Formats: sequence, C-alpha cells, structure tokens
Amino acid sequence: MENHDLLLKSFVYLLATVLAVPLARRLGLGAVLGYLLAGVMIGPWGLGLIGAVEEVLHFAEFGVVLLLFLIGLELNPARLWALRRPIFGMGGAQVLACALAIGGLVLALQAPWRSAVVAGMGLALSSTAIALRILQERNLLSTPAGNAGFSILLFQDIAVIPMMALLPVIGRGAGAGEESAWLDAAKAVAVIVGIVLGGHYLTRPLLRFVAATGLREVFTATALALVVGAALLMQAVGLSMALGAFLGGVLLADSEYRHALESDIEPFKGLLLGLFFVAVGMSVDFGQVARQPLLILALVLALVAVKSAILYGLTWPCRVSAGERGLFAVLLSQGGEFGFVLFNVAVGYRVIPQSTADLLVVVVALSMATTPLLLIVYDRLLAPRLAGRRAQPPMDLIEDDANPVILAGFGRYGQIVARLLQANGVGVTIIDHDPDHVERVRRFGIKSYYGDSGRLDLLEAAGIARAKVLILAIDDRAALNQTAAEVRKHFPHIRVLARAWDMPHAFELMDIGVDHIQRETFDSALQTGVAALRQLGMGAHVAHRAAQTFKQHDLEALHSLYEVHKDEGELITRTVRARQEIEETLRADRSWRREHGEEEWG
Amino acid sequence: MSERTALVLFAHPDPEHSRVNRVLRDALTDLPGIVVHDLYETYPELHIDVRREQRLLAAADLLVFLHPVYWYSCPAILKEWQDVVLERGFAYGPGGDRLHGKDFWQAVSTGGRAEAYRRDGYNRYTIEEMLRPFEATANICGMRHHPPYVIHNSRHLDGAIVTRHAGELRRRLQGYRQYGAAALRGEG
Repeated sequence: MENHDLLLKSFVYLLATVLAVPLARRLGLGAVLGYLLAGVMIGPWGLGLIGAVEEVLHFAEFGVVLLLFLIGLELNPARLWALRRPIFGMGGAQVLACALAIGGLVLALQAPWRSAVVAGMGLALSSTAIALRILQERNLLSTPAGNAGFSILLFQDIAVIPMMALLPVIGRGAGAGEESAWLDAAKAVAVIVGIVLGGHYLTRPLLRFVAATGLREVFTATALALVVGAALLMQAVGLSMALGAFLGGVLLADSEYRHALESDIEPFKGLLLGLFFVAVGMSVDFGQVARQPLLILALVLALVAVKSAILYGLTWPCRVSAGERGLFAVLLSQGGEFGFVLFNVAVGYRVIPQSTADLLVVVVALSMATTPLLLIVYDRLLAPRLAGRRAQPPMDLIEDDANPVILAGFGRYGQIVARLLQANGVGVTIIDHDPDHVERVRRFGIKSYYGDSGRLDLLEAAGIARAKVLILAIDDRAALNQTAAEVRKHFPHIRVLARAWDMPHAFELMDIGVDHIQRETFDSALQTGVAALRQLGMGAHVAHRAAQTFKQHDLEALHSLYEVHKDEGELITRTVRARQEIEETLRADRSWRREHGEEEWG
Repeated sequence: MSERTALVLFAHPDPEHSRVNRVLRDALTDLPGIVVHDLYETYPELHIDVRREQRLLAAADLLVFLHPVYWYSCPAILKEWQDVVLERGFAYGPGGDRLHGKDFWQAVSTGGRAEAYRRDGYNRYTIEEMLRPFEATANICGMRHHPPYVIHNSRHLDGAIVTRHAGELRRRLQGYRQYGAAALRGEG
C-alpha cells in the first residue's frame, strides 16, 4: 500500500514537472519558476494532491546537497584555496551587511530582539539552489559575477554553522549547557577531519575497486552512498549537509573518477533540485498570504530591495563588470533554503514563536519566486539598455562564411593558431565565450563571435557541417572534452584538433578519439630547454636535435603509456622506463659524437 | 681600390666535437673584412633567411665554403643554403647576375687519407673531382672558381698540424684581401 502511495506521489511530481516546466520555458519564465508553479499547482493550496509538504522539502533538500557535491568536484583544493579571499571577504561582507540591515529593520518594526536576530541571520542567506542554477543555465560561473556569487553562497553555507550554534544560546528553552557545546564543537571538528582523511585516502581505493567490477549501476550507487554518507555525517553533528557534500566533492576533484562521478550524479541532482523547487512551491502557505496579503507583500519587497541594494553596493569591491551589476544584485536577492531550516530550529529552541516562523517561511518562499521574475524584467528592460556593456548578450548570429576551419576559444592559445591560418589565407570562424573579449578583438578588426562552443546548435550555425577542421582551444577542460565527444558523435566527418593541458588530459582526448592532440605547453617548454642548453654552451643545432629526439621519444612514450594509463602501477613503471630510455638514447648520442664528431664520411 | 671582402660560410653540425673545422673557423673570426658565418648556429632548425643571406653575399667579393666533407659533399645545411639562397633571378637566369665576377673558394677536410682520393685509391676519384658540383654551381652563377684547400685524414691529424693549416688558411684569406685570387692558391 505504502509502495503504491510512493509511486503515485512520484507520478504526480513527474507529471506536474512535465507539464509546468516546458510551458514556463516556452512562455519565457525560466525553469525555476516552472517548478515553483508546478508545486503551487499540486500543493495543499492548489489541487491538494500532496500532503506532507515538509517531509518532501526535507527529502528534496538533497538536490541542493548533490548540487554542492558537483560544484565541489569542479573545485580542486588549489582552486578553492585561491578563492579564500572572495569567499571570506565578499561572503563575510554580504552576510554581515544583510543581517545587520534586516535585523535593524525588524527591530524598527518593534519586534522582539530575538526575532530580529533570527530574521536577520536567516534572511541574509540566499538560495544556493536558485542562484547556482541560474549561473549554470546562463553559463556565468566563470565570469567575475559568477565567481563572486559562488563565493558568497559558499560562505553562507559555512556561516550556517555558527548561526545554528547561536540559536540555543539565545533561546529561552532549557538550552544545552556549555559542556555539551564544547563537546558538539569537538564532534564537528572530528567529523570534518574524518571526511577529509577518508575522502583523501579511502574513497579512491573504494572507487577503483568498484570501477574494476565494471558494473555501472554499482558505481552510481557507490557515488550516491559517498555523498549521502558525507552529508549524514555532517548533519549528525549539526553541520550543513551541503557543506559536507561540497567537501567530499573538493576532495575528489583531482581524482580520475571526477567525470564518471559527475555524469552519474548529474541526473539525480537535476531531478531532486526540481523536486526541491516543487516543494518550495507547495510550501507557500497561501492561507497566511490571504490573511495578511499587504504585510507579506511589503515584507517580500523589502527583503528583496534591501538585499539587492547591498549586493549592488558590493559589486565594486567584487569587481563585477558594469554590465553584470544588476544581474548580480538580483541573483542573490532571495531568501534561501537554509532559512527554512534555521527558522524551524529556532522555534524548537523557543527563540521565536511558531507564527513568526510561518511568516518568515512564506516570505522566503515567495522571495524565491521573485528571482526568476526579476530576471525576466532585467533581461527585457534593463539588459538591452546596457547594450554597450552588456551583461549577457544573446549569442551572436554567426554568418555562415563557409570557412574550412572553426576555432573555439580565442585566448592566448587560439589567437596564435588563428593568426597562422589567416596569414596563410585560410578562413577561420572564431568563437569565444567571453563577450568582452570578443568585442575587444573586434575593435582590432578581427571578426569573432560570442557563444558557447559547447552548444551544438551554435556550432551548426558556425557551419560545422561544411567545415573540415574544428580546433578546440578553449581553456575549460571539462567543456572541451564534452564538446569533442559531442562533435565526434554528431559530426563524424570533421577533423577535431584539440589543445590538451597535460598527459592525463591527452589520454582523455585519446579516449574520445580526437584527431590531433597538442599538449599546450609542450613545445614552448622544449624551446626553453633548448635555450638553456645553448646557454650552457651546447651548439644550437645539437640542442635542436636533442630536443627533437626528446620530443619523438616523448610522443612514442605517450602512446605506450596510453595503453596502460588506467593502471597506475603499470603507468608508473612505464613512465620511469621511458625516462630511462630517453636518457640512455641521448647519452649514447653524445658519446658517439665525442668519438666520431669530425669528418666521418669521406 | 679598397681591400676586398670575404664571406665564409661555416657548416659543421657539432663544432663542440670538431677537431679541425672549429680550429679553422676560430682562426678566421677576428680578421677584418671577413665575415665568418656559422650556418648551423644561426639556423639550428635549417630554416634559412634567404634575403639576409643574399644581402651578405652581395656585400662580399669572395664566397668561401668551409666544412668537413660528408658523403663526398657538404653537410646538409650548406646544400639547403645553395638550394634556397642561389635563386633564379638572383644567382642565375634572367637578371640573375648578382654574383657575377665574384670569387668562389672551398676549404674542406676529409676523413680519408690523401692516397684514398686517387684513381687507384679506395675512393677512386680525386677530391677535385668529388667537388665538381660546387665548381659547376660557381660557373652557372658567373663566379670565378678556385682550386679548393683540402685537409686530408682529419681524424688522425696532429694538433700542431691542424694549427699550421689554420695559420695557412688565415694567411691566404688575408692575402686575398690585398692581392686578390692568386693568394688563395698560396701564391700571394
């Protein structure tokens, strides 16, 4: 019976999603709004098909957890460390400023101080689910605005920890004693250390073991179990589940399983995140809205206005470009899902009464719905006016020049490639994802197009069907691989030439079946080596020959290592052997020249 | 009349391990009016700057090829140099008179003994016969060809003899500057 109920509910969710989301997108409202509307439709205040809203919300929160795990996978520890200043600087500034402003306003409304504290903290948080989804949807994660937004969201996730810890302290309930607070802190530290150590030492052997079985679904199960496990551990000691998952992701970002994990978790994340938005839609208490419509409307507007204003002010220190300021301010202007949790916990500690919590939850839920709406307003009204310094221009319409070469990525790598080809009279269609850059090089008389080369429709517009060669010179490794794989599948006729970071990346590209792989720094590094040999007195031609011999050996080694690159032990053995071989070859060459250097023939 | 000038094209892929040619080269580098041009050092990847080479050529009265004999000819870069620098319209063909009247000379070292370069030796031809293609090239370009300066048995030569050869080469080139081509034959 229960099973049947679960299936029925699932069917209702799926059906609502299937109906509402495409419709919302067709109407230009965006997917998030579609999910929210689907939730309203099936929720207690709509058709009333689903009851236990809170339960669903808790379950669906897991979509946010998976989202953060995936983001963690993109950020290895080195990149995360490089982000420490924006995270703590901008994030700290945003949370502090918003919490003070909102708390101050609530106090001014003559609410009790405890409510002011809780409201200030809870409403300062933004919705990771909404903001990151929008950033991803619009391909903005690598822009300054996207970076700043992400940093702030990450800080908020961390900030939830002390906020939660504060609740029992200011609560009137029989709060926990100081001793147990210390104990809690110790537990939290232990869990974090455990996740870091476990993530570093245990997960890779485990994944290797599972991957070796070749059972895809078991690998998926393992991946999910890892994320759920990390999240539960964190929750058990009162920390943010999302933060735990994020940490787990970061620890696996450098591992060879990154892409497998990504592609396995991705669909779950998508579905659960959708479910989460549906649940938010369901949880809007329209009864309360009906009772105090003006008050709630005023509160939502005030919340969004205060947060956008503060965020807009932060765009200068965050170095958000002029065209993206408005977008950035809107992006994080809503209340977040952690607000729900915080308010409920606050009720538990009797910091605020239930009625206040209900009111705050409605305000947060409605504020979440304002973001997609504000974005529509922004896109339609504001963005066109910023045409000169546009934030998110529509992809350029590419004229089909029937060029034989399409070049994706016009940075320091692609530019050299393009110059050589164009100097030889070869037509190149250039695509780059950075609108400012495209505009800049256009001022130098170079025709290039703005667009995401990962999109097949864009490549089709660029004339891939008639081109002979596609050069992938973009600097996003994951995007490059994905594009290469897609193009390989859909346009088998075209020769794909790709830029590779290093040997592991070259292996990935060989897996995909790219026609020509060039390790981006290989030749220039060789030239530096040649220059060093010359400085040490080696003849120019001899140094050149030594480098060519080395290069040839290295390329042969690359193919030999590729055969075993999934077997780390064998990979190391062969790498060492290849190094010994090249040293031996060059040594033999040198001693031969010593003995036979002069007039040998004739 | 101002003194004559010479362009010496030095071709050795690995001078560091050279016993003879490096000494010859070093004996000439400080001579005024003589440009010693190390081809492998200037063009390690064998990509030759044609216009630059033609400018150097135009400024010289005498062109010298200084190199070891590899497979009865010159090292690869010197062949490449001839292929790309001695262009039609520059060195030969219609309007190709830029080298007319210049002198051409060759100073080479061989691995074999002098006896090997005889009708009855194991190479079966004399070194002058072996170097005919260079002579023919000079002819086509309107240059006056002069008998080559040959050092045999380079692998086993005593250091003192090598030094003596270097001094002789230096004297002949100095003589060329003052007295002209007769000095190249040691008659200065």
